[in-house]
Amino acid sequence: MEIGYYPGCALHGSSNDYEASVHACLKALDVSLRELDDWICCGATAAHSLNHKLSIALPARNLGLAERDGFTQMLAPCPMCSMELIKAGRCLAEDPQVRKEISGIVELPVTGKTKVLNLIQVFQQVGLERLKSSVKTTLESVRAACYYGCLLTRPPETLQFDDCEQPSSMEKILEALGAKVVTWNYKTECCGAGMTMANEETVLDLSHKILSNAAAHGANCLVVACPMCHVNLDMKQGDIESRFNVRHGMVVYYLSDLVGLALGLDPQTLGIDRHFVTRPASPAQVAN
Amino acid sequence: MTTHPTPAHPIALIPVENCYQCGKCTAGCPMAERMDVMPNQIVRLAQLGELERALRAESIWLCVSCQTCSTRCPKSFDCAGLMDILRQQAVEQAKAAPSQVRTQLFQKAFLRNIRRYGRLNELELVRTFKTLAFLKDMNIPFLVKDALLAFKLQQRGKLYLMGERVRDRGVVDRIFQRCL
Amino acid sequence: MSRIGVFTCWCGENIARTVDVERVAEAVAQIPGVRCSVHNKYMCSDPGQTMIREKIASERLDVLVVASCSPHMHLKTFRKAAGQAGINPYLVEMSNIREHCSWVHHDKEKATEKAIQLIRLSVEKVRRNRALEPIKVPVTKRALVIGGGVAGIQAALDIADTGYEVVMVEREPSIGGKMAGLSETFPTLDCSQCILTPRMVEVGQHSRIRLYSYSEVESVDGYVGNFKVTIRQKARYVDIDKCTGCGECWNCCPLKKQLSEFDYGMGTRRAIYVPFPQAVPARPVIDKNACTKLKKGGCGLCEKKCLAKAINFKDQDKLVEELVGAIIVATGYQLYRVGQDQGKRKLSGYGEYGYGRYKDVIDSLQFERLVSASGPTGGVIKRPSDGVVPNTVVFISCVGSRDNAKGLSYCSKICCMYTAKHTMLYKHKVHEGQAHVFYMDIRAGGKNYDEFVRRAIEQDGARYHRGRVSKITEENGKLIVRGADTLAAVPLTIEADMVVLAAAMRPSDGAEELAQELGVGYDEFGFFSESHPKLRPVETNAAGVFICGACHAPKDIPEAVAQASAVAGKVQVMFGHDEMTREPEIASINEQTCAACFACVRTCPYHAIEKTEIRSPKGILVKRTARVNSGLCMGCGTCVSVCPSKSADLEGFSEQQIYSMIESLV
Repeated sequence: MEIGYYPGCALHGSSNDYEASVHACLKALDVSLRELDDWICCGATAAHSLNHKLSIALPARNLGLAERDGFTQMLAPCPMCSMELIKAGRCLAEDPQVRKEISGIVELPVTGKTKVLNLIQVFQQVGLERLKSSVKTTLESVRAACYYGCLLTRPPETLQFDDCEQPSSMEKILEALGAKVVTWNYKTECCGAGMTMANEETVLDLSHKILSNAAAHGANCLVVACPMCHVNLDMKQGDIESRFNVRHGMVVYYLSDLVGLALGLDPQTLGIDRHFVTRPASPAQVAN
Repeated sequence: MTTHPTPAHPIALIPVENCYQCGKCTAGCPMAERMDVMPNQIVRLAQLGELERALRAESIWLCVSCQTCSTRCPKSFDCAGLMDILRQQAVEQAKAAPSQVRTQLFQKAFLRNIRRYGRLNELELVRTFKTLAFLKDMNIPFLVKDALLAFKLQQRGKLYLMGERVRDRGVVDRIFQRCL
Repeated sequence: MSRIGVFTCWCGENIARTVDVERVAEAVAQIPGVRCSVHNKYMCSDPGQTMIREKIASERLDVLVVASCSPHMHLKTFRKAAGQAGINPYLVEMSNIREHCSWVHHDKEKATEKAIQLIRLSVEKVRRNRALEPIKVPVTKRALVIGGGVAGIQAALDIADTGYEVVMVEREPSIGGKMAGLSETFPTLDCSQCILTPRMVEVGQHSRIRLYSYSEVESVDGYVGNFKVTIRQKARYVDIDKCTGCGECWNCCPLKKQLSEFDYGMGTRRAIYVPFPQAVPARPVIDKNACTKLKKGGCGLCEKKCLAKAINFKDQDKLVEELVGAIIVATGYQLYRVGQDQGKRKLSGYGEYGYGRYKDVIDSLQFERLVSASGPTGGVIKRPSDGVVPNTVVFISCVGSRDNAKGLSYCSKICCMYTAKHTMLYKHKVHEGQAHVFYMDIRAGGKNYDEFVRRAIEQDGARYHRGRVSKITEENGKLIVRGADTLAAVPLTIEADMVVLAAAMRPSDGAEELAQELGVGYDEFGFFSESHPKLRPVETNAAGVFICGACHAPKDIPEAVAQASAVAGKVQVMFGHDEMTREPEIASINEQTCAACFACVRTCPYHAIEKTEIRSPKGILVKRTARVNSGLCMGCGTCVSVCPSKSADLEGFSEQQIYSMIESLV
């Protein structure tokens, strides 16, 4: 299976561990990714906060490139990117006027017909059965708290992915790999997202609650599918610990990390050694 | 002072009258406790045409765009979308709350950064943001706060001194020109 | 050539404001055949009607057009006036120049022109009207009541006490409906069962009420005054005539842990059970999905214990037929199933409230069972998860109602009242406890209703927060309720021991199918539609079918009972006559030209057209043809439009009339 790939800035920046993980893992599952040529930033929160038209145009440029290159499906592993791309795609698909105007702005004909996928959806396309049969190391010591955050499921009308209040798609994947998942309360609460720099206090506070709740419900790791969530929960975990004077020590995996480990890939290939909170990442020892 | 929006005003395009003020947005907002004006009050101000107070509120900059309000709204009112419009207007009309200046500066620095390179250059974003913030508040601890982080990122091979840039930077700049 | 009279009405200012009535009258006078064109400020008034009668006599008119309001308003009035002056009522037509013209237009010039055209149409139509006589049909003076809740009980008793027979069909093993499971009722806090059970017993013992419990209406044929109803008696596996209700069977049944429907899953029952002690009939039923004997052979203990030999494991569903003249629908309501699929309607959601996941988040009917003396806890308020008495209870209003995004847009009407009642009952039982209510508006319109809510707040200390709840989570045995108090403009988190969701009232399952079977209209939510919201509130658009109680809209007990008595009154009026008249403007089939394709039979929404054969006196088949049953036909005209051989036509709306109306315009 070949699908288009929109990495987004984070995966080509400080979240390169996520990209390594996604690449390695999908390669092992015979999914080849074709990166969108000369893609540009989706604009993220800054665009939709400051300029509505820009928040459509920037993703639309990428959708235009995808259409030009004949991509029918395109993976955007960052939920911020995928949400912005899908939102722009919907605006374009719904309104011919918008289509015309935006095509002019981005200098490419664009209709919004490319289907943008998040990472979970790619695993779903691979299929739970296939995942199950590819397992080399079962994740039986993993007790994961799957954390969806905001933009994997919200806004639901735009994304139409999973149940926005009680999502379970990550759990199904992990259970297929033999991992245990915990029931907890902060699956879809916000971690503070892109406020890491500008409003650190908020991020620390919100992320602290998420980490605490996961631990309280017996999780030994958090699983995310978002670079921003990873930054706030992993990179900022030390700051959280000093601010609240607690010790979390909660490993935060990308979903592809755990899939990769189950497929027998080593932690270095998956970029797990580049996380801030690390433990010997062989699955057998995760439970310690 | 009541500033009733003209029909062409972006606020006039969203159905603020649909909100029946149940407060579910405020109830679910992760930031409400820190806000000066509650999300439902922001919508109420928009209903009353009291945009001045809404535009000057800190709340609109505290909003993290998590979409919880819009998702759970029983009237399907896009409260998070209203926040976006208010932020855009606040900056345009130079009414944004001074106390929340860092958030605005960060987002301006972000856009400036991608306008220049087409993709985000993280190191330069931080540099621009910190400089802008320092020029505003002369806060030295905030200026140097994340210096250690750079080192840690570098240790992990996550720090790129030279960021990526797209080949066709001209089109990026033209997109910005046409939108701004 | 007819001598046509046209009477144009001002309707005060209603018509005359936008239509120049005098000009209309002048213009209409020019239409060939019109012998008299006059106007009056109020044609429906006594002087107006007198004018009509006088003109009929002085101008020797033989057909009339009254140009005024909708025929729904005054057609009967004018036909009666014409009848008094010796004209066949069906030679009177109305032209609606109010709803169809003056009320919907602003431009007086154009509206006047349109009014003239509308009247021109009616003149062309009335020219070809035929004198008709009303159809008379006999009346079966027996009523069917569908649903044995408080509304059905009231209607049945009122009708039966007047001396007419009643057939009552109840889906559940006992009558009593939702009210039988309630604890105490607002605004008086009188015990629900204490006031209802005597009425249930009356039904059970009434000599003129035939009760079919554990039964459903399978099909309905016939027409007003003469319905043939097929009732499915579901297999009960207990012969209720032999059974004495002694209780040996359910006391010996080893399957003790079946969730009780009557307790909404809060308590248990056996596999053979009486839903509640005061059930009518006080006879058990076997749950075929639980009983070991019925599922795999084995057990059969109850059969051995039964001295009356009433247990019959071979029991099967039975179909019985009943003839009735009127049908009363009292099928009541069910609660919005929080967080679950709502049947055919695509409503789910409220995943954020955790109902079904957190045991201590319950709905309002479940709470009723918790506070009821006959409930699973004997009236002690214990939370379901661990049986602890809750110290803090949060009540959430408008769950599923007034929620366009996930539920129903309408106000469920009774929730404000029962929630206030819940806080009181809770406080009366748990003196140290604190009740919190999240509400959007308090709707307490009713006698002593607002006072009741104030009492809950002022005397019983319920804390009301104006705001909705966004999310409920469970943390260390507490339910963390995240709401807002919009009056204080703060987000508000309450650690509760139990949460009660005031879920919306919805029509019962199967209401839409029943409405279709009966040919009654229903709204987008599945509530039955009344014939007129003000003047015919308990009638439906299907003649002889009436509605009362919550099948029509969310209602409380007093309202449901009042409506039930109103229905009884309507039925009594109907049964006061030996035969009834129906409007004769119905379809007919020209049997000479009918090609027997039976397209009309298939499309008639009232099943009013039958296939029939014409035979010679010697019994030889001459031809097949379709034939209209004049008792059933509602005169909709569908058959006319589908008939390929143009053999169907509608009295008072013939194809010829329609063509000449169109011709007059073009």
